[in-house]
Amino acid sequence: MAEKIRELYTEAKELLPRFLARAKLELQRILPQTIAILTAFLAGAIVLLATGYSPIEAYGALIIGAFGDVFGIGQTFTQATPIIFTALAFLFAFKCGLFNIGAEGQLLVGAFAAALVGISFDGLPPFVHIPMALLAGALAGGLWGFIPAILKAELGAHEVITTMMLSYVAFYVTAYMVNYPYKAPGWVPQTPLIASSAQLPRILQPTQLSASIFLAVILVGLTHYTLQKTTFGYEVRATGLSPTAAESGGISVKKEMILALVISGAMAGLGGAGEVMGVHRRFIQGFSPGYGWDGLAVALVGGLNPVGVLLAAVLFGALRSGGMTMTRVTGVPLDIVIVLQALVILFVAAPMLVRYLLKRGGFKWWSS
Amino acid sequence: MVELLDIINVGLFAASLRMATPIAFASLGGIFSERVGIINIGLEGMMLTSAFTGVAASYFSGNPWLGVLAAVLAGGLLGLLHALLTVKFIGNQIVSGTGINIFALGFTAYMSQIIWGSRGASESVQGLKAVSIPLLKNIPIIGDVIGTHTPLVYLMLIVTVLSYIVLFKTPIGLRIRAVGEHPAAADTAGINVFKTKYLCVMVGGMLAGLGGAFLSLGHLSLFVGGMTGGRGFIALAAMIFGRWTPFGALGASVLFGFFDALQMRLQALGLFPPQITLAIPYIITVIALAGVVGWLKAIPPSDYKPYVKE
Repeated sequence: MAEKIRELYTEAKELLPRFLARAKLELQRILPQTIAILTAFLAGAIVLLATGYSPIEAYGALIIGAFGDVFGIGQTFTQATPIIFTALAFLFAFKCGLFNIGAEGQLLVGAFAAALVGISFDGLPPFVHIPMALLAGALAGGLWGFIPAILKAELGAHEVITTMMLSYVAFYVTAYMVNYPYKAPGWVPQTPLIASSAQLPRILQPTQLSASIFLAVILVGLTHYTLQKTTFGYEVRATGLSPTAAESGGISVKKEMILALVISGAMAGLGGAGEVMGVHRRFIQGFSPGYGWDGLAVALVGGLNPVGVLLAAVLFGALRSGGMTMTRVTGVPLDIVIVLQALVILFVAAPMLVRYLLKRGGFKWWSS
Repeated sequence: MVELLDIINVGLFAASLRMATPIAFASLGGIFSERVGIINIGLEGMMLTSAFTGVAASYFSGNPWLGVLAAVLAGGLLGLLHALLTVKFIGNQIVSGTGINIFALGFTAYMSQIIWGSRGASESVQGLKAVSIPLLKNIPIIGDVIGTHTPLVYLMLIVTVLSYIVLFKTPIGLRIRAVGEHPAAADTAGINVFKTKYLCVMVGGMLAGLGGAFLSLGHLSLFVGGMTGGRGFIALAAMIFGRWTPFGALGASVLFGFFDALQMRLQALGLFPPQITLAIPYIITVIALAGVVGWLKAIPPSDYKPYVKE
């Protein structure tokens, strides 16, 4: 017996340092993001205080709104769904060394294309109509990614500017569509309801959470698999790490860039289709409060890996859904949520800043 | 068709110069930043924050020139933030710029609600009055185009000339360009690389701030949410189109300003749905950018890599 205990003890003594080292490594991996989020909330609290609101009340209402009951949780995941799509869109292009900051526009054209397919056909069985509408969304988003892609690959036009400009074009083109040719009767700029055969089922009544979230989760797995386990994913990452090295290694950098940006656009477009088919059941002008930008923040906070995206999307979904409760209960303008999001991005932008803050704060163990 | 031709007159060209002003200011800001090797995607956010700050300062003080000053300071502060994050902490330049853009969007909308209780627009404030240049305004046609404007339009023209002189005709400009082109060599030659970068990115922010002040105090006399409408990005396109030179950027800004002015007139004409005319400047920007980079081969003045001292 004593022998056994001693054995266990020595084993534990050997394992413990290894376990601690591993734990430290894992914590260090997510630490910059965690600190960035905490610092952002702290800075946000200062803004709230300076403008005469109580941060405790505001954040309290936000958390209760986002996670306090089944309805809140449902709305949190509803808001997280499109963000997962746009985050994956940003991430995929980023892995290829491209900054797709136009996910908002790709999401809009995807949403409109899906709505168009949804209202144009009647009497199709759902197992035909739903894939058709989703495909239309992905194709439209992909096309919106293809334009900056070909301009970048063939002419060298900077994708940050072109994707952003095309976002504005997408906004105005879809706005035109729902104000003129496809406007439903009434004064709201929106399309008519899509056919019931094109609607994605709601999975948590009475919240708006729809089956689109399953698509999002599947896409997370697919993205991870593609990037890590396939030749194509390897080529995309190689291009992102060093285009010149990839080129000399026999990879066609142009081809990879075009494919990556088209896939990126298609992902955002699919997210837009999911919103139309699952949440609103029609295209409403201005339905996106900026999911494209949320996606960018989420991809960064998620450490630019698909699984991290899933976690970060829930956090940002909570900001959106809890933010509405916060505004209703405490009167704090909803835009504080955007300020928080921007602060998180700024802190994540410079990991060295976080390390610097930690050192200053005396947390040497963490920053070593 | 007669109506369409009617909008092409001297007034259109005066409006082109007016609408070129915010783009040109931001574009000059972009040049100062990129000449020291820092990409500044945050110009859009710097303009928007300054547009807001300018109106807020004019609202509380009643003096639009204090508004302009506040706008310049706000732009400079955001420039300092961008420089801190990208130079000192070697953060990603595009991510930092995007963060600044989103911050501007949220912060200005939030503060609008705090001050005026409205997310969409501020109250009207004291704006800048247009001035006429005595002799210039009497010249036929030219006088109509450039004779009467808000002072910021003339300031923009002066700053363009000054930027050209500073960047290309003085030792300071030589140092600035050296820092962007070859920081290690500049360092060896005794130039303070970091200080130069900080200063230039801050100056860039201040110039973008002037562009923002023009929009809210020179053009409208109020703040409207998201009123920059992508002009920061159009300014980046103008900078590339103008090959990172002040006069080139001014020329490109006037071109983009022309389409902006044309768009406004088409909209006023009411022949086309407003959504279609509103999209024109963005489409033109994409075409111009693709054309110039593709066929004229514009080579950036820096590789934009962060400089780390050995």
